[in-house]
Amino acid sequence: MIKDQEFLEKKASYCLGLAKKLGATESSVIVDNSVSETVNFRNKKLDESNRSDDLGISITTYIGKKKSSISSSNLLDDNLNILIEKCVETTKNTPEDEFNSLPDRDLLAKEVKDLDLYDDTHIENDQKIDYLKKLETAASNDKKIVNTESSFTERKTNFVLANSEGFCNGYKTSSFTASSVTVAKDEKSMERDYEYSSKCFLKDLDDADELGNIAANQTIRKLSPKKIGSEKIPIIFDKRIAKGVLSTFASAISSSAISRGTSFLRDKVNQKIFSDKINVFDKPDKLKGLGSRNFDIEGVKTNTLKLVDQGILKHYLIDTYNGKKLNLKSNGRCGGTSNLYFENGNISFKDLLNSNSKCLYITETIGHGSNIVTGDYSVGATGFLIENGEFKYPINEITIAGNFKDMFQNITLANDLEFKYATNSPTMLIEGMVVAGK
Amino acid sequence: MSNFFEKSDLSRSEAENIISETLQKCDDGELYLENSKSESILLDDNKIKNSSYNSDLGFGFRAISDEVVAYSHSNEISKNSLKQSSENLKSTLKSVKGTYNHKIPKSNKKYYDNINPIEQKSLNEKIKILNDVNNYLRSKGDKVKQVTANFLGEQKSVEIIRSDGETLSDVRPLIRFNVSVMLEKNGRKETGVYGVGGRQSYDAYLKDDNWKSVCDEALRIASVNLESKPAPAGEMKVVLGPGWPAILIHEAVGHGLEGDFNRKKTSAFHNLMGQKVASEGVTIIDDGTIDNRRGSLTIDDEGTPTEKTVLIENGILKNFMQDRLNARLMKTRSTGSGRRENYRHIVLPRMRNTMMLSGNQTQEEMIKAVDKGIFAVSFGGGQVDITSGKFVFNCTEAYEIVNGKIGSPIKGATLIGDGPSILKEVSMVGNDMMMDPGIGTCGKAGQGVPVGVAQPSILINKMTVGGTKL
Repeated sequence: MIKDQEFLEKKASYCLGLAKKLGATESSVIVDNSVSETVNFRNKKLDESNRSDDLGISITTYIGKKKSSISSSNLLDDNLNILIEKCVETTKNTPEDEFNSLPDRDLLAKEVKDLDLYDDTHIENDQKIDYLKKLETAASNDKKIVNTESSFTERKTNFVLANSEGFCNGYKTSSFTASSVTVAKDEKSMERDYEYSSKCFLKDLDDADELGNIAANQTIRKLSPKKIGSEKIPIIFDKRIAKGVLSTFASAISSSAISRGTSFLRDKVNQKIFSDKINVFDKPDKLKGLGSRNFDIEGVKTNTLKLVDQGILKHYLIDTYNGKKLNLKSNGRCGGTSNLYFENGNISFKDLLNSNSKCLYITETIGHGSNIVTGDYSVGATGFLIENGEFKYPINEITIAGNFKDMFQNITLANDLEFKYATNSPTMLIEGMVVAGK
Repeated sequence: MSNFFEKSDLSRSEAENIISETLQKCDDGELYLENSKSESILLDDNKIKNSSYNSDLGFGFRAISDEVVAYSHSNEISKNSLKQSSENLKSTLKSVKGTYNHKIPKSNKKYYDNINPIEQKSLNEKIKILNDVNNYLRSKGDKVKQVTANFLGEQKSVEIIRSDGETLSDVRPLIRFNVSVMLEKNGRKETGVYGVGGRQSYDAYLKDDNWKSVCDEALRIASVNLESKPAPAGEMKVVLGPGWPAILIHEAVGHGLEGDFNRKKTSAFHNLMGQKVASEGVTIIDDGTIDNRRGSLTIDDEGTPTEKTVLIENGILKNFMQDRLNARLMKTRSTGSGRRENYRHIVLPRMRNTMMLSGNQTQEEMIKAVDKGIFAVSFGGGQVDITSGKFVFNCTEAYEIVNGKIGSPIKGATLIGDGPSILKEVSMVGNDMMMDPGIGTCGKAGQGVPVGVAQPSILINKMTVGGTKL
């Protein structure tokens, strides 16, 4: 069973009390517990079961403008006493930083709304097994599928965040996640692809058959890929890849990258960085949202931000420390974005495919090729050649490259946004990128 | 050595009884106990941004029957918690009928000392070095706009208790020192990153102002990149420098030779045992036994002593890397490659220090042999799709080669190739094998473990370079 609020609050207040007694002028603490149960299947048979019960605590102590932190998975008072003493001692010996402080009191969240993030339903492993049997039966229907690996995870978490300014809040969340990875084979090639569904509520989880079918079909259509020549060509990013463009954008407008001067988007607030029609939102209060929250990891309240309005950058993602450094108020984004998304564009997926006589449709990228200092982008890619709106043949062993500054200005979005992850994008077309192949 | 039962209501003999009772009729399994202490001290933007300490304690209980693995972990070492885990394992493995395999090889060899690097240097000394690093780099001119430097230190104690009370233990030190510097010239910004580390004390890497050479290298890479021009796009010849560029070996063939993917036949290498997978002269080993290296281990996380495993010998595929589970199912022996990030994770067959051995050519000869291509010296990370065999890695320092001569530096680009065929494209192997500086972390199934790589300079006949210049 997951620990209740009372247990977590008791541990938190014990730590705050002890830190104060040992000489900390301010302090904050997060206590969290997560319990998850996973069942893995392979080729329609049970492969692995995994139960985890994780308890953790992290404490930050301040003495004036000095700061240090500790974390531990051992919550026995004996151990906490040793660690907090060590933390306060280290704080004393750490140089001052004028921007170190807890959040301003008036920015702390006052109320905690019920965002529908917790489903109390517990399902036994046998029920997970039933789901996976159904999923893998659907996934292995076609003879070309030679291996299936699927997984079902139920996860419950609870946490309390407290600080010496009197903030003390937390809540439970849950998630149910199913995924399937399939391998298909023909004479010429072997390929892998996947499908995935994650929801706060069990009843919202995708149907097992459907998930298995999608994984299998996506894998089979990748068989016998070709390599194409190097050229400049319009590129369409499948939704699961397009969201990565948003994640890079979020890293580049984080107040730490801005204040350190290591972002290609520094000093770009109120400037046009995307094409005209692009709007980007970060909405923390979406009901059942995978990225939803009432406050950030410092306790600062979070409101919906329209980060990009008609192509113009409106906000950075600001935490307390970097906010003070930039002379800006925290907007509750310590720890990153919540439910981040591009607003729908105004053409259909089909029209997007038809917008050029020849283009590439990318379904997977590999490598860590995004440089947020320069904006340079270069990654390995897999996908399909599209001619006149039709999928012609699969492609692999190519790279795609460009610079985000140019890519952002050349984005066209379809109108097929869905909230499958915490960060979401409609299907995206980017013109002017270079493909390297043969 | 940690005494895991010291402050617990669970005694060692009670734990042994629960383990033996749970694992009877299982094919394999163990209780894995872990106590780790780690620290991180970060200087960034002229200030000590973070000083943090972590202490982590917990167990992972594993039972295996045939192909099925049941696992349960908790950070509460108590009677109640271990019993609950035992019940959980039993409920997964309802009808076990195996024979517990007691065989585990023994060795007295140790590849690092039993030290706690965190305690060997005071916080003030560490802070002083970080400040010295900052001042040193910022004294190198106005171009230097940002300096980040950090220390990561760890001591991990592990104990493995098998059925019938057989116990194996290890204490593993690990440190890492990293420097990143950003330069700006005429509005253009570029970064350079360098680091060192391994299973020794901080002083082994930092004494006599050795930290200055780490700074100089980061600064040199950033300076080169300030002058870089767009990288070419398309297939061409590639010369790789010695040392860290061996992440090519790690991605291109290393992952594909891990036992689990081959047992499941999802690796592009699964049906190539005994066949020619690389050019003659190419020998690749995975070695856990090199003193004090980042990827070295006295015993793996199942208790098996590590070894030097020959993967590819003179072009022929000889061995896969195995943990106990995959070795048993493939009717071979464990190569001491069973590893896990920590007690929260199951064991998987993983790499340790993956190395291509020296040949007899020189880097000069390789450069001369290229009309048009690139010379890649330093890399960021890499990734592989083990099923299709396609892999990438990202250059962070590279130059064009024109008519046998090294030309201008080029911007960072991704290189992509095909694992099973790339080593057949190796046409020259250098005589200058070098280990990497000790900073690698390998990710697999959400688990990161410290690894090392090494190689001499090599010439690859054909690879796709992912630049923007057509």
